[in-house]
Amino acid sequence: MPVSKYRQPLPQNCKISFPQFASYGIAMEHLIQKGLGMTYVMPPRMTRHTLELGARYAPDSVCAPFKLNLGCFLECIDEGADTLIQTGGTCRLGYYGELHEQILRDMGKDVRFVNFAECDFSHPKTFVDEFRELKPDLDLKRFSAAAVETVRMVNAIDEVDALFRRRIGFAEDPKAMEAIRTNWLRQLRLADGIKQIELLRKATVRLLESQKVNMPKHPIRVGVVGEFFTVMDPFSNHDIEYELAHMGVLVDRWMDMSNCMYHYRSRKMLPRIKEYAHYNMGATAMATIDAALHYAKSGFDGIIHVKSAGCTPEIDAIPALQNISADYHVPILYLSFDTQTSETGLNTRLEAFYDMISMRKQAHK
Amino acid sequence: MRIGIPRALYYYRYGALWKTFFSSLGCEVVVSPKTDRAILQSGIHYAIDESCLSAKIYLGHVAWLLGKCDLIFVPRMADMGRDKEFCLKFRALPDVVYNTFRTENVRLVTCDIAVRSGDSEMKAFAELGKKLGFKKQQVFNAYLLAKQAEQQAQAENTRKLEAALAKDDLKVLVSGHAYNIYDDYIGRPVMDAIRANHALPIPSDWVDRDSAWQSGGELTDTMPWMVNRELAGAAVQLRGKVDGIVLLSSFSCGPDSMTDEIMNRRLKNIPILTMTLDGQDGTAGMETRIESFVDILHLRKDGTVCL
Repeated sequence: MPVSKYRQPLPQNCKISFPQFASYGIAMEHLIQKGLGMTYVMPPRMTRHTLELGARYAPDSVCAPFKLNLGCFLECIDEGADTLIQTGGTCRLGYYGELHEQILRDMGKDVRFVNFAECDFSHPKTFVDEFRELKPDLDLKRFSAAAVETVRMVNAIDEVDALFRRRIGFAEDPKAMEAIRTNWLRQLRLADGIKQIELLRKATVRLLESQKVNMPKHPIRVGVVGEFFTVMDPFSNHDIEYELAHMGVLVDRWMDMSNCMYHYRSRKMLPRIKEYAHYNMGATAMATIDAALHYAKSGFDGIIHVKSAGCTPEIDAIPALQNISADYHVPILYLSFDTQTSETGLNTRLEAFYDMISMRKQAHK
Repeated sequence: MRIGIPRALYYYRYGALWKTFFSSLGCEVVVSPKTDRAILQSGIHYAIDESCLSAKIYLGHVAWLLGKCDLIFVPRMADMGRDKEFCLKFRALPDVVYNTFRTENVRLVTCDIAVRSGDSEMKAFAELGKKLGFKKQQVFNAYLLAKQAEQQAQAENTRKLEAALAKDDLKVLVSGHAYNIYDDYIGRPVMDAIRANHALPIPSDWVDRDSAWQSGGELTDTMPWMVNRELAGAAVQLRGKVDGIVLLSSFSCGPDSMTDEIMNRRLKNIPILTMTLDGQDGTAGMETRIESFVDILHLRKDGTVCL
């Protein structure tokens, strides 16, 4: 019997939580607290424990984000959350919610579960229905205002992150730069209204730009591409962007929430990548190929492909990436992350990749 | 014109449709032979390591067809409607084949079935016929005949199911993708092992697809994949009529990693064996597991043990 059949009515003041994903929890918190006027339980920072907890109760061969989300849910329940939200998606993500709910039920967890996979993308009203399930007397005006702010917040987070990514590797005082970013995220949580978000963003951008950087004339440039969750979530990818930056690499990543929202369109992308793909492969594979081709054409020194182990769409993008690598003579490092990935093994591969591309750059001078 | 069709993946689901379509148009159809060790090995050679076993086998069949036909038929299949999606593998298949065999100058003919974006199966086949240079009427004649052949194949399966259910034998529902169950190298040994232990294996695709898909909704709300929904529905329909269920998956199958779990958690009061085919040589491990599972089913049926 489908789980949703035995849903209980909603308690008046429920504590809502959503799995942690990069820094976007701040935006989710804003949407829930301001839009619905309900309490949001910010998921605790993901740790080894989160992963192990999720892996213990999840099926073996499911992708790592499923396990991380499950671990996160369990930690949120311990923090007092009684209502959990899961999204839908075109890949396995589309079935996350129902299986998460079933596993939590079988564990005896008495929580409410709101699954956005029940929504139909061609009928936006179904999304509002889902939020109505969270709050039957939903004030649509208030909610849409908060939704607009949430989107702006996401854009601001992405903009600051992109700037941070480009500069941190060459900063004279990286600690100070990190402090600026930490403070930005802390203040953003308190922001109320688009004006405040914008003022904070502008101030942070100015602060980051005022930090001294020693950028060489021709820095080593690496483009990071790959699967939606793992490539954006620093805990999932062992913060490889940070590791690369500390080697003195200029890191670029197209994939973020804002670009997915505004620029992920088959009509635009497929003509650009027609040598390598004729169809949208689903999930973020098309963006992976598009971004990789862009990096290859722009003369990047290397590309890193990041995915969770077994991610079907990204696996299917690999043959195209291999051809891009051959055609443009650009090395690509393929990284799969699962629950077993060891820090040492990963760092060795990153170092070897760095050595190789820097030697190549020397030789090509 | 010689059209090559790899005997893998949805050949086992849509083979009758495809073959009839092309041969009605007067094309010569070359189907690759049954999977053997050499085909599997060549598939493993060409495929990305992390691909699922079934996709590796597919590439092995494509490799076999190289140079033996003018065009290889590799359809792109996204979905047949809401909650009727195919695994994302089938959206990428033409591009995967093209990129993998680029240096071999592979020539593909493809069609795009994506009902939710407005490309119905009929439209896809109309375009396919156009690409091959046939007249519209010819193409529709062929499509109509092909659909008829597909229905006959389904009716044949329904008859087989009725005949099997009428028997007194111990019955085991083998729930898995047709391309795994019917594959000569990975699936057939499992079916043989079940038979060798005096039980009757019933492949889940013997249950009528549409009715199975409907019944799938009784077990799961949001399952997006059409075929996995049918598997769930077949299990729902047959759970009172068979003695046990074998969930048969190929290694690192994406959808099965989740749907096997949900079936295990929700199908109560029936013994379930979850088995993953990894394409390794040697069937002793598999045979032992099947033997002990079927033994338990026999004892359970005789009333010797209670489970």
